[in-house]
Amino acid sequence: MSILVLAEHHDGQLAGATAHVVAAARAIQQDSGGDIDVLVAGENVGAIADAAARLDGVSRVRVADAAVYAHQLAEPLGELLVALADDYGHVLAAATTTGKNVMPRLAALKDVAQLSEIIAVESADTFQRPIYAGNAIATVQSDDALKVITVRATAFDAVAETGSASVEAVDTVVDNALSSFVGEELAASDRPELGAAKVVISGGRGMGSGDNFKLLDGIADKLGAAIGASRAAVDAGFVPNDMQVGQTGKIVAPELYIAVGISGAIQHLAGMKDSKVIVAINKDEEAPIFQVADYGLVADLFEALPELESKL
Amino acid sequence: MKVLVAVKRVIDYNVKIRVKPDNSDVDLTNVKMAMNPFCEIAVEEAVRLKERGVATEVVAVTVGPKAAQEQLRTALALGADRAIHIQTDERVESLGAAKALARVVEEEQPGLTILGKQAIDSDNNQTGQMLAALTGRPQGTFASEVVIENDKARVTREIDGGLQTVELALPAIVTTDLRLNEPRYAKLPDIMKAKKKPLSVKTPEELGVEVASRLTLVKVEPPAERQGGVKVGSVDELVDKLKNEAKVIS
Ligand SMILES: Cc1cc2nc3c(=O)[nH]c(=O)nc-3n(C[C@H](O)[C@H](O)[C@H](O)COP(=O)(O)OP(=O)(O)OC[C@H]3O[C@@H](n4cnc5c(N)ncnc54)[C@H](O)[C@@H]3O)c2cc1C
Ligand SMILES: Cc1cc2nc3c(=O)[nH]c(=O)nc-3n(C[C@H](O)[C@H](O)[C@H](O)COP(=O)(O)OP(=O)(O)OC[C@H]3O[C@@H](n4cnc5c(N)ncnc54)[C@H](O)[C@@H]3O)c2cc1C
Repeated sequence: MSILVLAEHHDGQLAGATAHVVAAARAIQQDSGGDIDVLVAGENVGAIADAAARLDGVSRVRVADAAVYAHQLAEPLGELLVALADDYGHVLAAATTTGKNVMPRLAALKDVAQLSEIIAVESADTFQRPIYAGNAIATVQSDDALKVITVRATAFDAVAETGSASVEAVDTVVDNALSSFVGEELAASDRPELGAAKVVISGGRGMGSGDNFKLLDGIADKLGAAIGASRAAVDAGFVPNDMQVGQTGKIVAPELYIAVGISGAIQHLAGMKDSKVIVAINKDEEAPIFQVADYGLVADLFEALPELESKL
Repeated sequence: MKVLVAVKRVIDYNVKIRVKPDNSDVDLTNVKMAMNPFCEIAVEEAVRLKERGVATEVVAVTVGPKAAQEQLRTALALGADRAIHIQTDERVESLGAAKALARVVEEEQPGLTILGKQAIDSDNNQTGQMLAALTGRPQGTFASEVVIENDKARVTREIDGGLQTVELALPAIVTTDLRLNEPRYAKLPDIMKAKKKPLSVKTPEELGVEVASRLTLVKVEPPAERQGGVKVGSVDELVDKLKNEAKVIS
């Protein structure tokens, strides 16, 4: 049976996460055989489909281009997936807010369990996934004929972009009388996406105010880093919610993660402890973040950050 | 309008879990259990809707073992009017929970059903979406604001890039994100009163649903431990280590 990957895209561009999900699909394919198709659903998504066709390992890109799929609302997108799923043994999406929103609808309508946020493929029916905020790793096996899966993108290396898959239109157009799109407030930033950045610097409650997050800007500029935050910093209104790293925020695994004024609660660690190198700057030498940090600096951040910026 | 809230009994979020030595599961013997934090937010939202006169009745429901009645009592103390316990000792996964909840939705016909976006034990983030699909209702997941107006729910959702607002035809399903509200604490008199509020018990068999797990739990292991590293004495030493030892900056 073949494998279908739901493409993740925003603002007319294929999101980086898709290449990681295709990598997970290839790991499944080694055991199950079959082809890998990518579904691009949205409105005016021709360029996105072309980008998806370049992903290595993809045989065919299926394009559902219609107004009803704009903004990828869960109700019509779920129905589209249900209409296509019979051709496949596995349907995969990134564990992003889009994937998490729609995939359980497909699973429920097909009466199968869903495997959320897998981090490893053991075989075509057995997968690893973190539970309890990553404090345990479960190996789970599914006997369902259709496997509906979301994939933690940071756990799989992206496939290259040297492929040339065929591109075909899907003419299934569903109705949606249940929900409608009203508006969006997206964070505009010139910095790399949190989930894809090689370096991430995050501030916590210790930053004291939203204004003080500027202390991270200069360092982020010099390192080409994305800026993240703890939930306490988001809840205090220092920064917007899309910057939250953790169990219930974004999962990141950069080469370098710098935690500033963050204590290291398990919910925060769940989002960053797979980073290659972790640096912690905290004035409390007992802070739990030091237990996972490769390099810990016990210092007042208001002194350490300007100095760090000047020495990079 | 009636509001249904689903609450789940999970390990208290402050507890550091341990894996059983035989790797069969997480060891939950004698650990402190509590209402899933996202479900507390769901209860709070329902109670606020009632306080504002939008909701007429708040019904709390759980699917789980006998002990889960503690969490239903908590929901009643926080302001729910009555509770429904779907009692089972099976290991229930999201699909099973959603099927049982779908039956309750059919019977109760709530205008709005509120669930947590994810349970902090299995971190699945599925049940609300599955319930929406099974009942043919629209969904507003990861909500940070819910406004009910003219038979519609306007839901602001926390998405990866920021916020998205959707309008849903009622009846609808909403799942809560962290910033929807700050749940209150139950007061002692309310905890006493909650003991007398109605709580009905049903079994999945009575509802005609199969809740047993579809997935086989092959094993559960602790994650690879990270070795704590070293403390550096100065910013200079930090920059030096990052350049020359870790080689992650140039
Ligand atoms: C269901 C649930 C889900 C959650 N999900 C998440 C999540 O996804 N992500 C997340 O981050 N949290 C999450 N949390 C919250 C988490 O439990 C912690 O409350 C939070 O991570 C704490 O943030 P913090 O480290 O910034 O704040 P604090 O714990 O208050 O730590 C602040 C730190 O700053 C240090 N500090 C203060 N001033 C200075 C200074 N001048 N110089 C240097 N250091 C200083 C202090 O020593 C302290 O260690 C969740 C909680 C729950 C219940
Ligand atoms: C490795 C593993 C071990 C497990 N061990 C046990 C165990 O020892 N004992 C046990 O009882 N279960 C166990 N379970 C089942 C598990 O705890 C959940 O009941 C199941 O996965 C339901 O999905 P979820 O809570 O992740 O749903 P999510 O989709 O993450 O939950 C979202 C929301 O749905 C609602 N919801 C979910 N479940 C219920 C429910 N049962 N009742 C009411 N509302 C609900 C809540 O509002 C919740 O906030 C285990 C699961 C796994 C994967």
